[in-house]
Amino acid sequence: MAKVLVHRLYVRVFHWLNAAAMIMMIMSGWQIYNASPLFEWLSFPRAITLGGWLGGALQWHFAAMWLFVVNLLIYLVLGIVTGHFRRKMFPLTPQAVISDLGKAARGKLAHDSHDYNAVQKLFYLGVTAIMLMTFLSGLVVWKSVQFQALSVIFGNYDTARFIHFCGMSLICAFIVVHIALVAIVPSTLIPMITGRAKPFPNEEHRHVA
Amino acid sequence: MLLKPQAKKLLTPSKELHNVQRRLFMGRALSLGALAMLTGCEAPADDSTAQSILDAMSRWNDGVQLAIFGENRMAPTYSEADIKDPFPFNAYYGEDEVRIVKEEGYKLELAGLIEKKDPWTLQNLRALPQVSQITRHICVEGWSAIGKWGGVPLGDFLRLVGADTKAKYIDFKCADDYHTSLDMATALHPQTIIALTFRDQTLPPKFGFPMKIRVPTKLGFKNPKHVMAMEVTNDYPGGYWEDQGYNWFSGS
Repeated sequence: MAKVLVHRLYVRVFHWLNAAAMIMMIMSGWQIYNASPLFEWLSFPRAITLGGWLGGALQWHFAAMWLFVVNLLIYLVLGIVTGHFRRKMFPLTPQAVISDLGKAARGKLAHDSHDYNAVQKLFYLGVTAIMLMTFLSGLVVWKSVQFQALSVIFGNYDTARFIHFCGMSLICAFIVVHIALVAIVPSTLIPMITGRAKPFPNEEHRHVA
Repeated sequence: MLLKPQAKKLLTPSKELHNVQRRLFMGRALSLGALAMLTGCEAPADDSTAQSILDAMSRWNDGVQLAIFGENRMAPTYSEADIKDPFPFNAYYGEDEVRIVKEEGYKLELAGLIEKKDPWTLQNLRALPQVSQITRHICVEGWSAIGKWGGVPLGDFLRLVGADTKAKYIDFKCADDYHTSLDMATALHPQTIIALTFRDQTLPPKFGFPMKIRVPTKLGFKNPKHVMAMEVTNDYPGGYWEDQGYNWFSGS
């Protein structure tokens, strides 16, 4: 059977550029964090940081920032304009999430690239929202005077810094689960490169790209 | 304390003149292609290709920060109760090495594009109209602390001595061999002051006696202490930390 398109080109380009940007942002962010840790018990081993020293890490962070945010904004605009979010992420109801979480617990939840289950939809939308929140709180950390209008959402410099850290932590948690699931269902990896997957045998599943 | 670069200086200072405005609006706006190149670079920062991209991006960020800088956008001010006590000491050396500058014989030297270059004693500076404000000091390392500084608005002083306010930079030379520089827009910002007091008392040596330039729209390292001379110039002056790789504009 001929393979069908499951991930459009711009979605794949976004995914891999975002993966590279996230790695650079997080690893340089850890080095920046180490200069003045928020928590006494937590600092990041040098081997998993980027930049060599604080000044180098700041250069990486604020260079990769542009890749991250330009890429994310293009994805959000195209995702809305092309109906990507509408087709692949919705409908999404709390009932469907609870039901699919139950199936996942019993090991009976389909995880594929065609028709996302409710938990996948929640995760992808959720991490997108968290990335946006991390970006906006990062703007307050970067320029707390110039972006003080955002303090309505994120509070002062110190609270924005804490929220920025929480956003990073949630993104890391997503990455761990995301990579673990790709390891469990490796057939989802190739379609994110080629865009195409075998048609899903189950009639009930839609083929949506 | 600010962290010193480890072992060797990983970052080479850019000697290039910072014409940030031209760079932003006409210049080499970094293309998506160059951004895409960056993603291929997982190399450490001493790799020359990666480093040249990082340097270019840092200069681009200088331009972006100047563009978003609000000349009349005020840094938030706080109440006396918010002041951090004790306020942290910070320099590129330890507190036991604080430079002691004597008031006798001290004169602020003026240089560069300034009409009246006569040096200023502290007594003369104290005779000028004074302001004070409680603002947040944000360190490049990430921590912050609220303090109260009082003194002469730098913009008022620059106009008084006939400085060329169309010039690009103002450079500050300090008694502790530190130096840093500001863009003119920031130097003229109403909250940028020649600070002579901290918490309504004469500035103590550890906070920069005889004077500190207090800039609440910049990171801490752009707030020089023990200032001995200022120079108005169109030649990019850099700075102690900036020459080692910290972003030059470093606004907040």
